[in-house]
Amino acid sequence: MLKELINKIADPLYSFPITTFLFYLMMRYYRIFGSKKFGKWALILSVPVIIWFLADPNFILIILFPDNVPIAILLVMVAFFTWFSLHKAAENDVRIEQGLGPIEATPENREKVWSWPNLVYTELFAIIACTAFLVVWAIIFKAPLEEPANPTWAPNPAKAPWYFLGLQEMLVYFDPWMAGVVLPGLVVAGLIAIPYIDTNPKGNGYYCFQDRKWAIISFLYGWLVLWVYLIIVGVFFRGPNWTFYGPFEYWSLYKIVPEYNINLSEYLWIKGLGVAMPKNLILRESLGIILTILYVGVIPVWAQKATKMGRQFYKDLGSIRYYIFMFLFVTMMSLPIKMVLRWLFSLKYIVALPEWELNL
Amino acid sequence: MAGNGLAKKVRDTQVWKSIFRHGPPDNARNRAAVIAGNVFLHLHPIKLKKSGVQLGYTWCMGGLTFFIFLALTVTGLLLMFYYRPTAEYAFNDIIALREHVPLGIMREIHRWGAHAMVITVWIHMFRVFMTGSYKPPREFNWGIGVILLVLTLLLSFTGYLLPWDQLAIWAITVGSNMAKATPFAGHGGPGAMLARIGDFVMVSDKNDVRFQLLGGRFVGEPALLRFYILHCVFIPLVVGVLIAVHFWRVRKDGGISAPL
Repeated sequence: MLKELINKIADPLYSFPITTFLFYLMMRYYRIFGSKKFGKWALILSVPVIIWFLADPNFILIILFPDNVPIAILLVMVAFFTWFSLHKAAENDVRIEQGLGPIEATPENREKVWSWPNLVYTELFAIIACTAFLVVWAIIFKAPLEEPANPTWAPNPAKAPWYFLGLQEMLVYFDPWMAGVVLPGLVVAGLIAIPYIDTNPKGNGYYCFQDRKWAIISFLYGWLVLWVYLIIVGVFFRGPNWTFYGPFEYWSLYKIVPEYNINLSEYLWIKGLGVAMPKNLILRESLGIILTILYVGVIPVWAQKATKMGRQFYKDLGSIRYYIFMFLFVTMMSLPIKMVLRWLFSLKYIVALPEWELNL
Repeated sequence: MAGNGLAKKVRDTQVWKSIFRHGPPDNARNRAAVIAGNVFLHLHPIKLKKSGVQLGYTWCMGGLTFFIFLALTVTGLLLMFYYRPTAEYAFNDIIALREHVPLGIMREIHRWGAHAMVITVWIHMFRVFMTGSYKPPREFNWGIGVILLVLTLLLSFTGYLLPWDQLAIWAITVGSNMAKATPFAGHGGPGAMLARIGDFVMVSDKNDVRFQLLGGRFVGEPALLRFYILHCVFIPLVVGVLIAVHFWRVRKDGGISAPL
């Protein structure tokens, strides 16, 4: 029963809104999330849950799939360090409110210490621990090796290496030129641009949340929800033909999920106006093109003129930084928006120009 | 640490003194000398702020990334003794590595280490973000770090092909198929059909970016050789140079970040 429920809600249709909502709760109540008590109970409660998951024959099959062990390690580390950084941030925020300043700025912590032995021994222990960990891991788990390469027979599902599975999952919602080239390119460009966009002088060199709330929220949303969560979906919940499978479901080749996705232009001309699709490509896709231009070009201007937060950002950042930030932000948000449109309206492409390989 | 008996005798030999040009690091002068006089240790400052040595602040993930990179270099070098990057031998060499090489966990350490490095890079960036360490004066070094992140993923991606099994070629096929959708530069991407003169197609599957990457229209032997050279020589060289820049700038930008 419970397993069936989990199988059902793991579907991105449900699990994405749930994850986003949990992320909202985590940011809204970061002090509760970052408390020692929460961390302790989350750890205590997660152990039986993990054991219960691992006891399932179908789930263990997915976990033991070649190269899936690192993702389990990644998840544990991401969960721990997310809690830990918010824990440190919450502690510092309390100190800053009391006028004490962050813990890193106390005279005691500003004091200089010798690299030898303070730093070099820490490094030595870290290296030994890391080596031991790798050796044990290498002895327990053999490196995967499948049948020799056969260009004429593709495995199903054919998956990219796990760290690219967030991108492969994006292929459900975007064409390769967006999911595989433009969006990853903008992720890299956007990451490099962060220090030039974020001009807030506070929060440099110490953990905090209140001093740089929006920077942390937008970064963590991209990192935890749009990157790590999508990797989880791509690794654990996508089976043959990239069909959705719950964590306790067997990856049967015969599961077929019918999909009827409709382009915006078909909605407009055939369903809405009840006429044939125009021959002229630009006319045919005009609504989608206009909406895209409005989304990318007008929303930033509107936000700056009409919203309090937009005005504040514009004042703080100046026009160039503001528009670059908004461009990157609306591009990032195009992914969740496209997902929601897909689930609500079975919308395939907003602009569908397969004639030019230009589908959006 | 005045030394007792044997230890002191060893420390007083000409050989020891020729290697370590100072006494034991138990006083200020020698603690400075041990860092400044050693080419590896002098990556560190002689003294640093206490918050910068606390694991709770640094998480040690950047340092571990560098260590894993070194471990991968060494294990990778050992693997190169046994591996030939041709369609005929590659897979059999991996089998031989598994079946015939005694105590063979080098491939395991190399593979799991590669995954671990991707994870430590991510967590390192996460820490740098959460402490606001990308802020001035460290903006440029954050950019270097982002490029190192991309190169780490490319290192892992190019290495993924080398075992030449089904997992390898199909993962690379899925990944490199993205390249053919590159706007203007891939034959399946938007804008490619604009680049034609009459019937002459300028961007086709015989010359687009995917072809350049794979040395062919599919993942075949030329791709194996290209990925092998990228993986073993080219990308590690670039990464090595950028790591040097990264570390140099950490020091020049004021060491590990701390409140201004």
